[in-house]
Amino acid sequence: MTKAAAPASLLILVPALNEAQVIAEVVAEIRSTVPGIPILVVDDCSQDSTASIAKAAGAWVLSLPHHLGLGGCLQAGYRLAYELGYEYVVRMDGDGQMDPAYVPLIWNRLRESGCQMVIGSRYMNGEAHYSGLVRRCGIHFFRLILRPILGKPVQDPTSGFVGVNREALEVFSRSFPLEYPEIETLVVLKRRAFRFEEVPCRMRRRRAGVSTITPLKSIYYIAHVLLGVLVNILKFERSKWRM
Amino acid sequence: MERLLNVTAGLSILLIVAVLMSLRRAHIRVEHSVSWLAAGLAVFILTRWETALTFLAHSSGFSYPPAALLAITMAVFLLVLYRMSGMLSQLKDNNIALAQKVAILEFRMESRQETGEAQARP
Repeated sequence: MTKAAAPASLLILVPALNEAQVIAEVVAEIRSTVPGIPILVVDDCSQDSTASIAKAAGAWVLSLPHHLGLGGCLQAGYRLAYELGYEYVVRMDGDGQMDPAYVPLIWNRLRESGCQMVIGSRYMNGEAHYSGLVRRCGIHFFRLILRPILGKPVQDPTSGFVGVNREALEVFSRSFPLEYPEIETLVVLKRRAFRFEEVPCRMRRRRAGVSTITPLKSIYYIAHVLLGVLVNILKFERSKWRM
Repeated sequence: MERLLNVTAGLSILLIVAVLMSLRRAHIRVEHSVSWLAAGLAVFILTRWETALTFLAHSSGFSYPPAALLAITMAVFLLVLYRMSGMLSQLKDNNIALAQKVAILEFRMESRQETGEAQARP
């Protein structure tokens, strides 16, 4: 498979850190569900053999020389996708929580709507049954915060199952939130007068490993994201507001 | 008051000596040592120059000059730390951009090698 992009081409971006247990399964599932679509695993300097396993499974692997965190890892992938000329990128996590069967839905929505980002939402068809109370409260809190900023409701602002088009790719390849990027990204898009939509998606429990979000980190997460949102609001150019 | 000023002067000298030793051992770079040396020197001068300290204390509303010295010392070091935070952030941004560039270049090199090998095959 050539690495140069074809017209209206899609790349699936999978950020991964120490996912050796599941990455082969994740790549294989994506390949069988959406055949012919290149998969780029961005390895955030894993200490296990994530990179080599992903490569053996048939993915392209972008290996970072040292740990950059989720934002830096994603930005590297977006940057490469932009340089290679891809029109669309769908991001999926490397822990197997996201069902690749929804990739075509996100991709089609991106193409049909012309909006810059499509979010695979866990909550459009009711609450995701496996979300914990703290997480649900956090998501509800951010929904309330984001509603007036974005000018429209967002059901799942923390979803990592996200598709972007080339306009958003261009922006993200230059500037991208480095930690906990999902919520901040929405405000960045709004600042650029870009649009987003949500489509319903099903997500599963992670197949291996544990979430890195502990109760203490949740507090840091909320403070960090709120500050990031505030900084982005301060950067708003009023003339660009629309929607 | 005299003892407090002496202790502060001693601490500022310790800071200056520590920074100079770090410089000599190349643990910190010259451009990053300037703020610390300037801060240490400023505090030392204030502890030895009582007229200046009293003037500063009265003009900033402190009736007790050592309290002014404490406030000024804190302000000076906060300023240095703030400057360091700015430098750290800049370095982190540069570091991330560099790491991403290295990874992308490696990816492109490997792709080129693979393409070359594939073309070389009969």
